[in-house]
Amino acid sequence: MDFGGINPALLIASLMVAAVPILLAAIGELVVEKAGVLNLGVEGMMIMGAICGFIAAVATGNPYLGFLGGAAGGAVLSLIFAFLTQTLLANQVATGLALTLFGLGLSSLMGQGYNGIKPPLTAAVPLGPLRDIPVLGRILFSHDWMVYASIAIIAAVWWVLKYSRIGLVLRAVGENHDAAHALGYKVQRIRLAAIVFGGAMAGLGGAYISLVRVPQWTDGITAGAGWIALAIVVFASWKPWRVLVGAYLFGGITVLQLNLQVAESGIPVEYLSMSPYLITILVLVIMSSGKGRASLNAPAALGQNFHASR
Amino acid sequence: MFRLERRPSPSKFWQVATPVLAVILTMIAGGVMFAILGKDPALAIRTIFWDPLFGEFAWYLRGQLLVKAGPLILIAIGLSLGFRAGIWNIGAEGQYIMGAIFGASVGLAAFPTESRLIFPAMIIAGAFGGWIWGMIPAILKTRFNTNEILVSLMLVYVAEKILSKAALGFLRNPDGAGFPGSRNFAQYPAASNPELIAGTGMHWGVVAAFIAVIFAYILLQKHMLGFQIKLAGQAPRAARFHGVDPNRLIVLCMGLSGALAGLAGVFEVAGPAGQISIDFNVGYGFTAIIVAFLGRLNPVGILLAALLMALTYIGGEMASTNLGLPSAAIQAFQGMLLFFLLAVDVLSNYRIRTFFASGAK
Amino acid sequence: MTLEQGMLRVEGLTKAYPGVVANSDVSFAIATGEVHALLGENGAGKSTLVKMIYGLVRPDAGHILLGGKPYAPTKPGQARAAGVGMVFQHFSLFEALSVAENVALGMENPPPMRALVGRITEVSQNYGLPLDPARRVGDLSAGERQRVEIIRCLLQDPKLLIMDEPTSVLTPQEVSILFKTLRQLSSEGTAILYISHKLEEIRTLCDNATILRRGKVVATCTPRDRTAREMAELMVGAVLTPPKRSAPKQWPDAKAALEVAALAVASPIPFGTALKNVSFSVRRGEILGIAGVAGNGQDELLLALSGELKSNPEMVKSFGIPLGKQGPNERREKGFVTAPEDRLGHAAAPDMSLVENALLTGAIRKGLAKAGFIDWAASRQFAEAVIKEYDVRTPGPGVAARSLSGGNLQKFVIGRELSQAPDVIVINQPTWGVDAASAAAIRQAILNRAANGAAVVVISQDLDELLEISDRFAVLNEGRLTTPRPVEGLTIDEIGLMMGGAHGMEVAHVQA
Repeated sequence: MDFGGINPALLIASLMVAAVPILLAAIGELVVEKAGVLNLGVEGMMIMGAICGFIAAVATGNPYLGFLGGAAGGAVLSLIFAFLTQTLLANQVATGLALTLFGLGLSSLMGQGYNGIKPPLTAAVPLGPLRDIPVLGRILFSHDWMVYASIAIIAAVWWVLKYSRIGLVLRAVGENHDAAHALGYKVQRIRLAAIVFGGAMAGLGGAYISLVRVPQWTDGITAGAGWIALAIVVFASWKPWRVLVGAYLFGGITVLQLNLQVAESGIPVEYLSMSPYLITILVLVIMSSGKGRASLNAPAALGQNFHASR
Repeated sequence: MFRLERRPSPSKFWQVATPVLAVILTMIAGGVMFAILGKDPALAIRTIFWDPLFGEFAWYLRGQLLVKAGPLILIAIGLSLGFRAGIWNIGAEGQYIMGAIFGASVGLAAFPTESRLIFPAMIIAGAFGGWIWGMIPAILKTRFNTNEILVSLMLVYVAEKILSKAALGFLRNPDGAGFPGSRNFAQYPAASNPELIAGTGMHWGVVAAFIAVIFAYILLQKHMLGFQIKLAGQAPRAARFHGVDPNRLIVLCMGLSGALAGLAGVFEVAGPAGQISIDFNVGYGFTAIIVAFLGRLNPVGILLAALLMALTYIGGEMASTNLGLPSAAIQAFQGMLLFFLLAVDVLSNYRIRTFFASGAK
Repeated sequence: MTLEQGMLRVEGLTKAYPGVVANSDVSFAIATGEVHALLGENGAGKSTLVKMIYGLVRPDAGHILLGGKPYAPTKPGQARAAGVGMVFQHFSLFEALSVAENVALGMENPPPMRALVGRITEVSQNYGLPLDPARRVGDLSAGERQRVEIIRCLLQDPKLLIMDEPTSVLTPQEVSILFKTLRQLSSEGTAILYISHKLEEIRTLCDNATILRRGKVVATCTPRDRTAREMAELMVGAVLTPPKRSAPKQWPDAKAALEVAALAVASPIPFGTALKNVSFSVRRGEILGIAGVAGNGQDELLLALSGELKSNPEMVKSFGIPLGKQGPNERREKGFVTAPEDRLGHAAAPDMSLVENALLTGAIRKGLAKAGFIDWAASRQFAEAVIKEYDVRTPGPGVAARSLSGGNLQKFVIGRELSQAPDVIVINQPTWGVDAASAAAIRQAILNRAANGAAVVVISQDLDELLEISDRFAVLNEGRLTTPRPVEGLTIDEIGLMMGGAHGMEVAHVQA
């Protein structure tokens, strides 16, 4: 079942792995944006998660503590963003950029001496006989637990936003912070919580890159995954399940172009490796234009700071 | 506890004082960071901020100041116009690369012809390359409503791939024994951008940067277009009421900042860098974002901020060789500076009132 | 009135903000089932007072008793739990969410969604306020949105209901239906605190009134025993003189100064209203008043006339010149100026100085820029001239627009347009949120400009204002304009029918 040296089952199985980092970062950013906050620092939080997770995993020898450390790293960095934008009312776009620039610098500083080390292995979930089902077993039942956890997180976010009181309040804050304030909701506090959740998710996604996907530490390891995650939120029209579709789509493209590079398809490596970025632009164009454009679904207060006057 | 209270008018004092305060706070926090890294904080700060100007090698390093500040000024001036209008071009790094590739291509195509026209043609090609790369997000935004932040940033990665293709492929030096990288412009006088006055670091790119500062100053202070740019950023609806066409402004600002970044690229490749190589870009396009904000989007402020930022680059290199301070530390340091700047910026628009929370109130 | 009867008792409430005392020693009481009016000009301290009662703002001094018990809410949730409901002037609604979700957000412990939907339907029928819980609020009319807010309060059986300027978005017919609902509530024992500056409504509805001026209680009265004029003078603290109109002149101009023909444009505003086949014409020296409930196309009409929204060239003409495709500056060049409703952010840039804001629209007609280069000295002179002629109270032309009070900024914005000697001027909401003295000055300035030969269109939601200054009168309703009629001889009932009667409230008519 090979097409030009590429096995479809293997392709699907590996795209599910490749999609996990952007999937996590994008679902976190979706929650942040649903609360009306635009955090462009996803790339910075991801790479902080990548290095913190890597250090924690290497230090403890335990990959699970590594993921925890990654989430913590992303969350701590997001706290800076929360303080600047929610308390000091700094411009969200500029602060997000600062977060990315700072995260890239700090991570490479923290990563001194971690180059070339192998992190502890994150094992596949022992699903026993399920793994031996032909094709399906390879595609669905041979992954590490983060692949399944990421899907569960999507489901949880979807449920919370749609059915729970907290989700309703979060959406309300993102739609109209003045009205939410008038009804007595603590706009800043709710946004802070959303930002920290987004930071933790981005950090988790970053840790997955350095612990599973690559797995090692190099400077600038995220290579724009955080920005692609931001684009996926637009692609998803701020709907959780569409984040899954978007992330798998991009995971697929990444894996495919890597396979084509290995298969020596005759297309120059540089052009293949720029394809995820070009396709991101293409998708943005398709999703942003026309009558059914995604921006119609964007939270109304997105990117606006709230200051309770009188 | 404290509370923010909006000022009736932005404070003129704090608009000037906040960058200074931010630099001081960054030095303190940076000192803490250096101490954590096991370096003497006072010595590190001195090595970064004092020695390049007044230390042993100052005669050489002072010249480097203009070399590093030149591209930062050119790029930051362009970015600041867009930022003022609320147009977020953050892909200057890519426009810088494309400017260098376009300019170098023209120069290398002419090799080994000697003509006075080659260098000007390279400059035009460089500006055009940056302009094209800036126009892609602009046109996509005006025609398809895409987010210019994401598109311009994606194009940085694309430009980096093209750069490595250029260095390894279509611009590789045919006489280079297979090593990556193009011919060196230092050995091709008609296409090179030499130091104009020995020891100053002054090259045509620095001249262009100073012209850009003057041009931007006049534009923003005296010209209707500058007024419209400020208006569009501060009050978009009032700008439309005034008669500003937002799409025209997007095309203009993105194109201009792209062209200026492209210019920075071509001056760099023909001058200080000398050739197209895989690691040609060192992040000027991103540092320029910090420069633009640190200079409060004001042309004169940008000039000063770029010199300061150039100082941290040079001082950072010195600290790296002399003290063994990791070079990444300086990147973190620059990022920190932007944080502090954004944090203290609150003082220009708000008063801070402290109060003690009491249940009785 | 004794404490036992009193539902709400406010004693000595004081609240100061830096530089201004919003409320100073305010005391009053409302009995069970009483409808109590709170009267005052903009900036008199009404909204600070109700925010303290609703727990959004904490008083510096004084206390409140609710049902005889001490009551000091620290957040709106506590106020709601204690039985205080509030209907906001600028609705606290979420356009992208459904009616039911909006209601749930205003409740402390909402029942599960399915049960809540049932309760909404039930209450809306009981009070004659038909509403579909599943609809998105963004698609509702202003009147329907208000029903969402009212039902949100009613679901929690309020003892005290605060209504902040509830009728500014309603047609006269909808107002009378609202009053029926409020009377029904009051007969069931709910106390109502009714905030308004519409004095005739207060005379019809309210049992008692407390009048605030500059943060202090200056008078209490029984509205039925007073004339509207007397109450207005208590509010303002001065004797009011109606604007003077000079005798109508005939201007020799064959062509209409402004002619709008079958104007149809889509709305650029989310949840906005498209203009459909709007036609009217205005001659020199004439004022056309355009009324309508908020959100019926007023903003779109202003945008289409200012040039921010383009149409077919022939749809907007001035003295026969097609201008529909022209931008704002081309129109200004032809002597056609406009003043939008939103002072801060649309008509003026909040953080820019008055000099820069003078340049904003004055550049063309006042010659403030030559070959693109700005003449700052001339801009300053123009700003100073406007400040002087229109009595704008400001430390100088260098201050930011947002530092001015609403009335003063509005005088500046209207004055800026009027002093460009326009032939045609269109103003949206000339006196919205403006103190009475400034409003009177603005109306007089508009009348003077018309007397000097300008054609004027005033779009307003204030019927009294339009009846006072216009020569002819039309109504915007769902993006359509009625045929303009002379103001003389129009009755409120006729106007109400022009405004579309009671939108979707026929059911309620029968029941209530």
